[in-house]
This record gives sequence, C-alpha cells and structure tokens, in this order.
Amino acid sequence: MNENPRNFPPVSTTAPGPRHLLWLVLPLIVLVAAALWLLQGDQLRGFNNGAPPVENLTVERTVLDEDGLRLQVRAGSSEPMTIAQVQVDSAYWQFRQEPSGAISRGDTAWVAIPFPWVLGEAHKVTFVTNTGATFDHEIPVAVPTSKVSGGGLASQALLGAFVGILPVAIGLLCYPALRGAGRNAMTFLLAMTVGLLAFLLVDTMIEALELANEAAPVFQGAVMVVLVAAASFLALVAIGRRHGGSPTGLALATYIAIGIGLHNFGEGLAIGAAFAAGAAGLGTFLVLGFALHNITEGIGIAAPILNIRPKIVHFLGLAMLAGGPAVLGIWLGSLAVAPHWTAIALAVGAGAIAQVIVEVTALVAKGHDARGDYTRMLNSAAFGGLAAGLAFMYVTAMLVKI
Amino acid sequence: MLRWTQAALSRRSLLLGGGAATIGATTICASKTVAQEGHGDHGAPATVQMSGTTPSQHSAHGAMITVGTVDSDRNGFHPTEILTDWYTGTVTDLPDGRKLRTFEITAEDKEIEIAPGVMFPAWTYNGRVPGPALRATEGERLRIIFRNFGSHPHSMHFHGIHSARMDGVPGAGVIAPGDEFVYEFDARPFGCHLYHCHALPLARHLHKGMYGLFVVDPDPARHPDHQDVAKSRLLGSPENAEWQELAMIMNAFDTNFDGENEFYACNTIAHCYAKEPIRIEKDRPVRIYLVNITEFDPINSFHLHGNFFDYFDQGTTLTPTLRMVDLIMQCQAQRGLLEFTYREHEAGLYMFHAHQSEFTELGWMGMFDVVETLS
Repeated sequence: MNENPRNFPPVSTTAPGPRHLLWLVLPLIVLVAAALWLLQGDQLRGFNNGAPPVENLTVERTVLDEDGLRLQVRAGSSEPMTIAQVQVDSAYWQFRQEPSGAISRGDTAWVAIPFPWVLGEAHKVTFVTNTGATFDHEIPVAVPTSKVSGGGLASQALLGAFVGILPVAIGLLCYPALRGAGRNAMTFLLAMTVGLLAFLLVDTMIEALELANEAAPVFQGAVMVVLVAAASFLALVAIGRRHGGSPTGLALATYIAIGIGLHNFGEGLAIGAAFAAGAAGLGTFLVLGFALHNITEGIGIAAPILNIRPKIVHFLGLAMLAGGPAVLGIWLGSLAVAPHWTAIALAVGAGAIAQVIVEVTALVAKGHDARGDYTRMLNSAAFGGLAAGLAFMYVTAMLVKI
Repeated sequence: MLRWTQAALSRRSLLLGGGAATIGATTICASKTVAQEGHGDHGAPATVQMSGTTPSQHSAHGAMITVGTVDSDRNGFHPTEILTDWYTGTVTDLPDGRKLRTFEITAEDKEIEIAPGVMFPAWTYNGRVPGPALRATEGERLRIIFRNFGSHPHSMHFHGIHSARMDGVPGAGVIAPGDEFVYEFDARPFGCHLYHCHALPLARHLHKGMYGLFVVDPDPARHPDHQDVAKSRLLGSPENAEWQELAMIMNAFDTNFDGENEFYACNTIAHCYAKEPIRIEKDRPVRIYLVNITEFDPINSFHLHGNFFDYFDQGTTLTPTLRMVDLIMQCQAQRGLLEFTYREHEAGLYMFHAHQSEFTELGWMGMFDVVETLS
C-alpha cells in the first residue's frame, strides 16, 4: 500500500461552515473565562508565602564621560523593582535615574552617577534595591566611551577594512590561479570552504551564546540565539532555492559572502566593544593575525565561481559584502550596544553560515553530474579540503587568541 | 576568534604594552585624554543636586552619599531622638530599702527602613533598632519583663554580673514565641554595657537588630575618691544635667545575605547624622556612650574631627583608660565612654565617622553641628 501522506484523504469531508467557526470561538471563550477567574478571585493568593519578589537587574550599556558614569539597566523581576541606592567601589553615591521610580519587568532606565572615575583602572557599580538585594556591574578598564566623530569613524573604518575587506580581496586575488583547477582541485577548494565555514559556525554560535548569557534573562538568551539562527537559516535556504534547486555560481558565492559578512560583522562588534571597554591598544600582531585568518574566506568565496566568468564589479561587490560588515560592526561595537543585539546579529550570521555549508556541500555532492548522493563528500579530495579548511582556520585562530 | 576581546580586557597591560597601536586605536587614545581633562568637575558638589537632599549639610562628602531620606514616622523611631532617649523603667522600693527598677521589653518582627528606600526585615526590641537604651544606677535590683511576640525564639543576654540562670542563653532565658521571662539581677558593675539576644544562630539574631545599650550609672556614695565624676554620670543629678549625653550604637546591615554588610551606620540609619547633624552647644561637655555591635566585621572605630577625647573602656572606671586620643577602635561588643568638649572651638560642622574608610563610605559618617550657647 502506498503510504505517501500526500495521498491521504482529508480528515473531514464536510465543508467549513458557521458551525465550525463556533468551535473556534468556544475555546477562546473558555480561555478568557479561565483568565478572569484566576485574576478576579485572586486564586494564587494561597501560594503567597511572604517571600520577597524575585529581582533581576542587567546592565546593558555603560557610558563613561566627563560627567561620570551612565548605565542603562534592564529590570527582569517578577514585580516592578526599585533601585534605592547605588554604590561605586563600595561607597554610596548620589545618582539620577531616568525615568525615575520603579522599573517594570523588561523595561530599561538610565542611571547617571557623578563619579570621578580613574582612567585605566577598574570600578565596580553596585545597585541596591529597596529589598536590599544587590546587583554588581564590573567596569574592567575605565576609559571614556567613544563618541561619534568624523575622524574616529574614518580610522575605525580603516581598521575594519584592514581586518575585513582586505583579506577577502587578497583571497579573491587567487581567482586567476585557481581557474585552471581540475575537477579534484575544485572539489578540494569547495570542501575547504565547507571546512572553514564549519569553523566559523561553531565559533559564531559559541560567541552568540556567551553574549546571550550577558543579556537580560527576559530575552532567554540561548533559546533566542538558537531560534534566530534557525530562522535565518531557513529563510536564506528558502530565498536561495526560490527558483527550485540549490544556488550555484555567482548566487552561491553571494550567499557565502553574506554568511562570512555577517560573521565579520560580529567580529567587528567585538573589536569595537574592545575599544569601548578599554582594550584600545589592539596590537599590530593581532591585526595581522585577523587579516591572515580571513584570507581563506576570500578563497572560499572564489571557489563556486571558477567555472563562470564574473565581471570585476562582481569581485568588488563580493569583497564588500563579505568584508564591509566588519566596518559597520566596529562602528556599532564602539558605541557600546546592548549584548542581546550583538547576540542576535551573531545568531543571524550563524544561520547564514549554516545555509552556505548546506548549499556548498550540495554543490560538491552533485559535482558535474546530477547524481547528488552525498558520498562524494567523502572522497579523498573533498575530505582533504574539509580538513585543510578546518585546520587552516584553527591554526590561524591561534594568532588572534590570547 | 571573537573570544580575544574578553582575554584582552583581563590582560590589557600586555595588549597596551605589546606592539604598535593601530591607527584606529591611536585616535581613541587621543580622544580619552580630552575626556580625562574634564574630570575636575566631578568633585564639585554644587554641580550635583539630587532630589530630597540638602547639600549644605553634607557637602563634606559631596556626591558620595545615599540619596533621599528615611521615613522615621513609618519606622516608629527617629535616630536623633534615639541619641537622648533613655529608658529608665519604673522604680519602686524594696523592703530592704533598696530600689527595684522594672523594665518591660517585647521582641517583635518589624520591617524597618535602614537607608533611604531600603527596607530590612528586622527583629526588634520594643519595635526599634537599636533596642531601648536601658539606664539604671549601681546597686539597684533590676527586673526585666521580657515578652516574645516575634516569630523565633529570643532572649536578653546582659553584659554585667548575674547568675547563670539569668544569662539569656539557651536553657537560661531563651523563650519561644508567645512566652514571657523575667530576668532579675543587681545592677553592677557600673559602666557602659549592652544587652543582646543570645538565641541561636547567634549572628543572625544579632545582625537582625536585637541589641541595645545597658548603662549602669555609678552610685556617688560608693566612690568617695571620685565623687564628682560619679555625680556627673548619674542621670538626673544637677552635675549630670551639665553634660550633653549621647547614646550611639555602631551597627551594620547585610541586606543580601552574602556575609558582608551593605550599610554601616551609627544608630541604624545610614548617613542619618550627616543629613541631620547632631546639635552640640559648645560650652557644654559631651559624653558619648558608644557600643560596637557590627556583625560580620571584627572591629569598628570612632574618629572625631578637629578634637581629641578621653576614653573610658567599658565605662567601668572613673578615670580615663585612654587620654587625648581622636580615634578608638572597638571589637564586637566592646564599648566605652568618650568625653570631650568643643568649648575652645569656633562653631561649625565637625565630622565623626569610622576610620575604616569603607565603613564611612557605606554610611557610617555623621556631623556635630557645634553652636554657640543660646542663653
């Protein structure tokens, strides 16, 4: 018997009518009635054991300037919570809260403290709520938060270009050399792309989850990251295959560039955040390490377009798509964005990378014939490429890991 | 690959020292110098005006102070009134001619405001922290009727001389909620003592607020060699009326149960005497009955600005145990008398505080407002 679900008859054969709509309204009525009963009768009173409300406070942004400290906090308590006093380095300080009063669950407020912070030293801010609970926030290295200025943005853009765009462009410069590649070399290169993307996927996910941990619990960090990554993966797969079949050639190269670009955006955010947090002395060695690390990305982008003849503008576009977001990231990161935004950006990047991994793998598997069984991914050229990609990324990552 | 930022923060010295800075970094370094120059403004209190505070009274601490005021009416006790509010009980005559002094104390659970906006679920004697400052005279018979209206077993353990049965430790005066116990013993030795709950766990009962002053004034008739001093200490005597006597208990509160105090104070309310300085007439000598009952920190201290004082450790002597000091330290439950005068001084605000700067900055700081005598 043919068990294809598409051939099953519908469960009901009667046509939808007013009576069926009633059966949609009734559950709603029951739900509303249940909610009213719970609220009006104060049915949960019996569970009130006199314990104080659970309180939670997350610091999302920290701004240091000539007026002292300003911190954006987000409340995550079961009831609106009140910041009663604020300590800096175990001393009470006057502060101004904007907006003042109790902070509702999920809401944010700015707290300004006229504290004479010391350049290059660490400070600890402690919020004391009206129940006496305390929430600490470390400022590991006090430096003034960068302000938007033309010169600053320009030099940040230059740095972003150096660690983002330049290495991708260098990788793409290998294009003519790679063009003469035979079938095995092609397989090797594409598999290497999968390897490097796999490394980036793991790296991006770990980073996104770490940032999600710093975000306010309301956002349910880990779940949010996984959902955003999955959603962006599915959306990109759907877009890529909207004409049926997996993307190839220039389209696939574009998707690879987007995935790598989103990763580089996260990388830029991290560099920008490091500036904001005081690690401004980004050593030359470290910058070179980033650049070397990212050259592989350019080769990966070039791999799917070896069989076609793209125009020079395509190369420029791909380099900008993959490297340009690093500049944006540095700009945003230096302005101290909230961790949940960074986590979301990285999760989108992870989803994009996952999509590219699937599509490139499909391309390798399909090869030049239409036989698409994935065992082709296990021949020596493909396996070697995968290993080479992973190994290269792993080893160059050591350069930028302290 | 992104992880380097976290490491970079903890090892910034390595980063800052190693290698030439990139172009971007150099620009940011340049911009921070500008911000740093603006720092001179921070210390100026005039630029910072927070609601609910009057800057003139605590300008000595600038912006480094708690924000707001405590609702003393809701608390049911006022730190300024606590300074001079002696509980002398009721006195009756015994058949043998001695005096019997009776105090009535109840233990109650009570949420109190220990700093502006910060509520603390305290355990109290007579609804206040510190408990009432009991004052008796050497040689009297004391009867303390103690009723426990709290939610936990409590007691009153008096520092002084008494029998084991009256010690207020488990098995000798620790009573369950709803029960009553009468402590009876003679008031001796004279001095500046304290009482506190000795139910278990001890630290919890202490830092919840169950402690108070227990002062036994010397009987001048028993101290012919130092009769003037004894008279000056005897509450109600004309000699004593000359003095400005203050009851001060150094205490602290751990509001988040981490074994460290978030608030330090003298008489419970952080910064209370900074925001409402203690008025001192400059021509009258000052005597402070000082007790340290700070939990979680082994010692506390008292430092007086612009003056020196004589100190009577435990208050059990009529001659000073330390002369001409401006700082004393007290272990937990240590106490004593401080005697000084601002007679030769110009009027003004004189600070006093713990000289552990951490305690000062977390609330244990106040002011004497020394004024000319108005008469």
